[in-house]
Amino acid sequence: MSATAPAPVEGGPGAPAAAAPGGESLGVYVNRWWAGVKAGDLGSLPIVVGLIIIAVVFQSQNSNFLTAGNFVNLIVQAAAITTIGMGIVFVLLLGEIDLSVGFVSAVAGVTMALLTLPDNSHVFAAAPTMVIVLMVGVSIGILHGLLITKVGIPSFVVTLAGLLGWNGVVLLLIGDRGTVIIQNSFFVGFANDFLPSGTAWILAIAGVALYAGMLFWQRAQRVRHGLATAPDAVLLLRVVGLAIAVFAVVYVCNQDRGIPYVLLMLAGVYILWTYVLNRTRFGRHIYAVGGNTEAARRAGINVDNIKIACFAICSMMAALGGIVLASRLRSVDTGAGGGSILLYAIAAPVIGGTSLFGGRGNVKSAVLGALVIASIDNGLGLLGLSAGTKFVITAGVLLLAVTVDSVARKGRASSGRA
Amino acid sequence: MSETPILELRGISKSFGAVQALYEVDFHVSAGEVMALVGDNGAGKSTLIKCVAGIYSVDSGEVVFEGQPVSIHGPKDAARLGIEVVYQDLALADNLDVVQNMFLGREEVGGLLRSLDELAMEKRANDTLASLSVTTISSVRQTVAGLSGGQRQSVAVAKAVMWNSRVVILDEPTAALGVAQTRQVLDLVKRLGEQGLAVVLVSHNLHDIFEVADSITVLRLGQNVAVYKRADVTQTQVVEAITAGKLSKVPGVSEEVIA
Repeated sequence: MSATAPAPVEGGPGAPAAAAPGGESLGVYVNRWWAGVKAGDLGSLPIVVGLIIIAVVFQSQNSNFLTAGNFVNLIVQAAAITTIGMGIVFVLLLGEIDLSVGFVSAVAGVTMALLTLPDNSHVFAAAPTMVIVLMVGVSIGILHGLLITKVGIPSFVVTLAGLLGWNGVVLLLIGDRGTVIIQNSFFVGFANDFLPSGTAWILAIAGVALYAGMLFWQRAQRVRHGLATAPDAVLLLRVVGLAIAVFAVVYVCNQDRGIPYVLLMLAGVYILWTYVLNRTRFGRHIYAVGGNTEAARRAGINVDNIKIACFAICSMMAALGGIVLASRLRSVDTGAGGGSILLYAIAAPVIGGTSLFGGRGNVKSAVLGALVIASIDNGLGLLGLSAGTKFVITAGVLLLAVTVDSVARKGRASSGRA
Repeated sequence: MSETPILELRGISKSFGAVQALYEVDFHVSAGEVMALVGDNGAGKSTLIKCVAGIYSVDSGEVVFEGQPVSIHGPKDAARLGIEVVYQDLALADNLDVVQNMFLGREEVGGLLRSLDELAMEKRANDTLASLSVTTISSVRQTVAGLSGGQRQSVAVAKAVMWNSRVVILDEPTAALGVAQTRQVLDLVKRLGEQGLAVVLVSHNLHDIFEVADSITVLRLGQNVAVYKRADVTQTQVVEAITAGKLSKVPGVSEEVIA
């Protein structure tokens, strides 16, 4: 046994399945977590610390940073990067990259705006428009995936061509209009309307209750099967932690305009993709392909199909992010999808701890990373600093995050947790 | 040990272009038998096991499984017959935990949403490891990256035997291991034989082979030059067969010259 393998806690060697009823003691659990952190298994710890530092620094510079109004702004500003970043997670898990998401999102935004123009011969309603736009995203992703797997072009090159090509498509679609104003009330409201405060509370309470029910049901199942469980205190802490976070968000937002509808959408896709990655065969196979492609292939996994599906999901999420972006601005112009969108969307999951080398990461990383990026962007905006300063500082944070990850990875390698 | 072999190869030939990798090789292994497959580099050991695993198709010859001629066209055919191969690189994904690796590609799903049945998989993984008396893995929920070489080998072997397999082929299982870990793996190989599986052990290490094997097949230059019972043979004789075993056909030389 390697010297650093986690100390056998439940019954020791010889009884790998023995589980004490009621789970391990909290102390043992915390000790093991702390040992993991010291060995470089940092999880979300650095990012939470980072967010606290960001909040303290900006609040000390400008007292408007930690206000309800700015918090609501922050959510809406982070929404598009978060959405696109969640898609990026899927390609990063494979160890691939998608550089085209910025302009794919713009293609989606323009398509949505054009389909719902009232002067069309056929004006599409919101629901079919949504379906068509998401399908456009999926098709683009499948095209990328086919070129990458069946033709064998590196994803970097395919999506680099996509970056240029889809930008061209955006310009062609907009034509000489210059700017397309969104005139469908659903899509205008998507990122600009807010939940009534009562509804927000009901949803928040229902969500927390569901989470608690799920955790304790899982725990009961594990106990029934005689498998090791986390201590009850940890489960309770998780539920209380989520409840505090969710209720705080609802409370703060309700002080201002309320919970944006787009946050509801984010929560929905977050749960969906987390479920897909953690609880389905497809998700398991994504991690396997990213961790050891050859092992996955020998296990009978169709590696090409997994890759194509991931690129399809990535482009679909980019399309959804494009709708959020367009909705927030209430229009699409020739500059759509450019600027910092692409880099922020890729930086978000990386800052959040998803590895660029595949196999390690989760949807949560995109959310946390996007929150960091949007906070910096928002805070520097409040301080009235220029775009140049914003980029330099955001770049610094990205580098810092990757440095933390690299150092942690060395720690993991030297302690056999690579 | 039953006398009728569970897996029998008759006159297997395989060539890659001008290179004759296997020439009319006969090979057999019975249930409960640990059959060592030895030979120098390039003797055709890997080619032979890849033919059995369905990765290569044979040019000529017959594969007989439980007395029935079978054709193996891919890894899935081999798996369906109950033939599992543990390759030298083990084919484990470092980022996945022990259970996830053992069920890779064959995950159990349940419920309305066909979600992963982690409980069933974890239980079965624990049971399999326990049945092989693998006691060195403290938690099946740790990632494989944190395991030692011997532990990884144990996981790979457990993965192979979990699927009601009848024949387990181990490719150089001790090549990269230290003394204590080699010990673990050899004990594991013995137990596989005792549980009635047919085990094919590909190895360079005669010391290991004489410790666990019941029989020894020697390949030289793509031909089967000797099959021994371990009890009837010394290491020197096996080395002699590996380096100078009598060939029925010398590559590049016509058969009349040898005769």
